[in-house]
Amino acid sequence: MNRNDSRPEPPETPSSFDDRLKGARERQGLQSARDTASADPLDRAGWGMMLRAGTEMIGGLAVGVAIGLGLDHWLGTRPLFLIVFAFLGGAAGILNVWRLVKP
Amino acid sequence: MPPDVFGRTILAAGTTIDALGQFELHPVLGELGATLRFSQSPALMIVAVVLVLAFLYIGMRPRAVVPGRLQAAAEICHDFIHNMAVDTIGPEGRAFFPFVFTLFFFILAGNYIGLIPFSFAFTSHIAVTLGLAILVFVLAVLVSLKSQGLKFFAHFMPDGAPMALAPLLIPIEILSFLSRPVSLSIRLFANMVAGHVMLEMFAAFTIMLAGLGIAGDVLAVGPVVINIALMALELLVGALQAYVFAILTCIYLREAVAH
Repeated sequence: MNRNDSRPEPPETPSSFDDRLKGARERQGLQSARDTASADPLDRAGWGMMLRAGTEMIGGLAVGVAIGLGLDHWLGTRPLFLIVFAFLGGAAGILNVWRLVKP
Repeated sequence: MPPDVFGRTILAAGTTIDALGQFELHPVLGELGATLRFSQSPALMIVAVVLVLAFLYIGMRPRAVVPGRLQAAAEICHDFIHNMAVDTIGPEGRAFFPFVFTLFFFILAGNYIGLIPFSFAFTSHIAVTLGLAILVFVLAVLVSLKSQGLKFFAHFMPDGAPMALAPLLIPIEILSFLSRPVSLSIRLFANMVAGHVMLEMFAAFTIMLAGLGIAGDVLAVGPVVINIALMALELLVGALQAYVFAILTCIYLREAVAH
């Protein structure tokens, strides 16, 4: 026997179906588990966040050093551009981290 | 060294830990592979592509209204990436959905294939991850230029900053922009290398301890247990890193299509 047969059936609109599905999920303890799992993993995992911040910083510095070495190699001015672009790259890395963690 | 009571000869492998040897490339397919310099990395890339395509083709072949298990899995994968692309990029995300889908499942398959013993994770090579990241970067730049035109270059000067600081701020912004593919590739590559080195280290501990006799045999269970836990962690990391790569691709493309 079906529980739904005993009560008056509301018109089958998508929202009423969704509401009943949501209610059923909550009663079964499924909805709350889904809600926490759907949070953005980028914000959730502290470990991942730390790794991300580290790679952002290293990435900025690596690009700066690479450009500096390239310009020095091309213009024969070693180590002028290496020094300039290492600082700029470090600043870019800090900027990346700030963009990552800013509120 | 003669074999011990269990008939084992653990000698060379037990004295040193060769944690990075697993990342070396070797020719496969015998003579032909050696001539073509065809290593296990591109071979497993082809395997990954074939696996993903076979999963989708075989999964979607029934075209049932009420899907079976495999079809449901294929549909969930499609919807997952489709929602990610459209939610992150916006309505234009539909156009980039095939690209993001390919990227995500290529990396995911590569990460998971690498966890099979005696296999190889091609995502643990920076040549591969940097190649993928540069592909994403070039696509994002091209889309930016197409949708924003020359106004794209105005983004390199932050709004409201004094003009006197422009010579300092513009190079920093450009470097920050250029560092995107680098950090994108280093993240994936470093995660995969770190995971596989840890697996190798604890496996080597087991072999070392097993060479110490009966007490070592008992203690050797410890690293095996840790390796089982690490394998579970690596399954999580493999999926998470593929997801991070795909979502960052979507974020970069969202900035590219924004006016």
